[in-house]
Amino acid sequence: MAYDGESLKVVGTRPIRPDGVDKVIGRANFGADMTMPGMLWGKLKRSPHAHARIKSINTSKAEKLPGVRAVVSAADFPEIASEEAFVGEGPMNFRDLSYNCMARGKVLYDGHAVAAVAATSPAIAEEAVELIEVEYEVLPYVIDVEDAMKPNAPILHSDLFTQGVDPKPTAPSNVAKRVTFTKGDFATGWKEAEITIERRYTSKAVHQGYIEPHACVVAVGNDGQCTIWSSSQGQFMVRAYCAKLLNIDIANIRAMPAEIGGGFGGKTLVYLEPVALALSKKSGRPVKIVMSREEVFRGTGPAAGGVYEVKLGAKKDGRLVAAELVVKLQAGAFPGSPVGPACMCGLAMYDIPHVSIVGYDVVSNRPKVAAYRAPGAPNSTFGTESCMDELARRLEIDPLRLREINAAKDGTKAAHGPTWANIGYLQTIEAAKNHPHLKVKLGKNQGRGVASGFWFNIGGESSAACHVNEDGSVTIVEGNPDIGGSRASMAMMAAEALGIPYDKVRPVVGDTASVGFSFLTGGSRVTFATGMAVTQAAEKVVVELKKRAAAIWDISPEAVEWKDGKAYPAGPNAGSFEPLSLQEIALKAGRTGGPISAEVSINAQGAGAGWATHVCDVEIDRETGYVKILRYTAVQDVGRAIHPSYVEGQIQGGVTQGIGWALNEEYIYDKEGRLENPGYLDYRMPVASDLPMIDAVLVEIPNPRHPFGAKGVGEVPIVPPMAAVANAIADAIGIRMRNLPMSPPRLREALDEQEPPRLAAE
Amino acid sequence: MPKVVITGTAARRFTGGQTEVEVEANTVRRMITELDRRFPGLGHQIDEGMAVAINGEIFQDAYQTPLEPDSEVVLIPKIGGG
Repeated sequence: MAYDGESLKVVGTRPIRPDGVDKVIGRANFGADMTMPGMLWGKLKRSPHAHARIKSINTSKAEKLPGVRAVVSAADFPEIASEEAFVGEGPMNFRDLSYNCMARGKVLYDGHAVAAVAATSPAIAEEAVELIEVEYEVLPYVIDVEDAMKPNAPILHSDLFTQGVDPKPTAPSNVAKRVTFTKGDFATGWKEAEITIERRYTSKAVHQGYIEPHACVVAVGNDGQCTIWSSSQGQFMVRAYCAKLLNIDIANIRAMPAEIGGGFGGKTLVYLEPVALALSKKSGRPVKIVMSREEVFRGTGPAAGGVYEVKLGAKKDGRLVAAELVVKLQAGAFPGSPVGPACMCGLAMYDIPHVSIVGYDVVSNRPKVAAYRAPGAPNSTFGTESCMDELARRLEIDPLRLREINAAKDGTKAAHGPTWANIGYLQTIEAAKNHPHLKVKLGKNQGRGVASGFWFNIGGESSAACHVNEDGSVTIVEGNPDIGGSRASMAMMAAEALGIPYDKVRPVVGDTASVGFSFLTGGSRVTFATGMAVTQAAEKVVVELKKRAAAIWDISPEAVEWKDGKAYPAGPNAGSFEPLSLQEIALKAGRTGGPISAEVSINAQGAGAGWATHVCDVEIDRETGYVKILRYTAVQDVGRAIHPSYVEGQIQGGVTQGIGWALNEEYIYDKEGRLENPGYLDYRMPVASDLPMIDAVLVEIPNPRHPFGAKGVGEVPIVPPMAAVANAIADAIGIRMRNLPMSPPRLREALDEQEPPRLAAE
Repeated sequence: MPKVVITGTAARRFTGGQTEVEVEANTVRRMITELDRRFPGLGHQIDEGMAVAINGEIFQDAYQTPLEPDSEVVLIPKIGGG
């Protein structure tokens, strides 16, 4: 059922999150907090080479070290057939995933795992890893995406042939896939343009920045029953991948979700769990593995970097008539960059009659990329939204006005095909235009930039159970790890549907044996999809509560109505009874039919897309190249905010990560293809003191598919910031930064080119 | 009959470049079956790697979703997220 926005009592308020106290006082159990009797410590041996053939692995010395209980390498894992699947956040080949967890035949990047040990202490495990002898034949390597596309580039996979080209290639290539999207005829549109602009933009691979390193404890029993405790974005994803990679029946694996200290897409794959399973199976003991920060950087997936070539053609009045976008995206060592979404999102904000989009998924000697908030969209949008700003300056049109002129509306056909319906993009522009931020006057070396962004959001499979306890309190069990405050929103939706106070509902994230299948937490889907499951479960409970009240009153269930958490006779003909509260009905549940509970499993559809428009003010220190963010306003179509504070928090978090991506973050490789900055001292992320309070403006256009009108909110906030910051820098000092990050050294270099230093000039 | 629009190469390689197809189908499942009959392999491609946008609204893995005679169905790559 749909709930009337005016009558909501819980949804739209700002209660304290149920998991908040535990997390603040350190009582929450994260992946590394789990211990078991007899537990061993696992450690991985990693490649020091970017690309090398494994000639031999000698583990004999390690095995003889006292305290070592098991050593594994690829030989201990089943050979997996090449098979595409969509278990995690994007298409994944199971064989590639297996090889990514444990190298077989070749290592493909610095940090690639080649063997692992389990020992009675972390120190012994570390010593044992050093005793494993790996003989390599070092091979030429390639890091840069365009270098990897060259015909003479070192080839990573001899069986990789470019998909999506005609005729089918006969030689292997690092270009895994070419995708295209076409609308109208770009060549015709380009001829109609009165103003054209062609630019090239680049960005580097960036880390999702989750604070908690990957960690797990795995126990394999003598009967083959496996239990996995790990920090991930989906316990069902962990179970599915481990079952496939170790050839275990899914029913024999129970995956327990630990609290998660950040994921942002980076924990939608497995790295450690299959290795710990193999070690536990071999040793007969539980095995714990916790990555160091360096291992997280070298051995797990960052977000892709890439190259974005943009052509825009417009009439003098600002109307876009043609656009071309070429996206070359890093996949890392195995195919599967988010090139499809990158292509579809970059120009989704605009109504353009003639569009050509081409994308390339390119492998190189880097860790396999993983998802990161709105995967692919921030990349291409940095290019397109920077180019829109350059076009606005050429046309001397206000950049927000240019976006307004060309904005996609209901009925607009997107370049990737769909005809938009019920979208709120224009409303975000309107709200930005009317925001006090735009009235603030700027000073010397200060500038203002705007940019917009789009992300799909998804629904998918979710399960939830609603149990009425004997005292009238309610337990909600859901199947999605809480990475952004979703426990609170689940409890709020259940409380609203049941008509009881929020604090009477306790939400719990269940393990894979305690709740039905739920697709992982990602794609901004949990409040939408799992929220629907929770609401429907609560509504089924209300139906049951009415039946139980009817049984107590000895009347027909149809003669009972439910209001504000109580059963009432529906009218005078139903009889005269005092209202029965949920608590009173729960107390008599045994006498009226037994426990009151309901479980719902759904495949939620119609998530409703996210749209955002951001405004950023910066000040440039011309001496150091430091960019100070003076003010930032992020306007977003959020459907209806279930918990406005946590929606604002998602927006503020996404913007912060986007600003880091814009200004400082990058994976830096040395001349041997080794990562030079695998840690937060050398990989500079923004901290609180770097930023002003980010003003999140919620535009609420309820999603008709959701009972409370919710849409996903967690991803689109990271889409506009890179271009918004670049556009603000251009406004401040007249320098267009087309390559990310716009770090102080790069900005200084650009300033030197604009105004040569006095010493150099002299 | 519902109109299926194919803008990307992932699906177009099965249709010989054809970008619009009318199909006799009243559910997504029937549409996939019909497309696979006419373009062998396309059904598997949709099942494993594609979503459908029906009149602008995205559906993934939703066989029972009804189609109307005037529905516009666009095949797009499956969407994940972070």
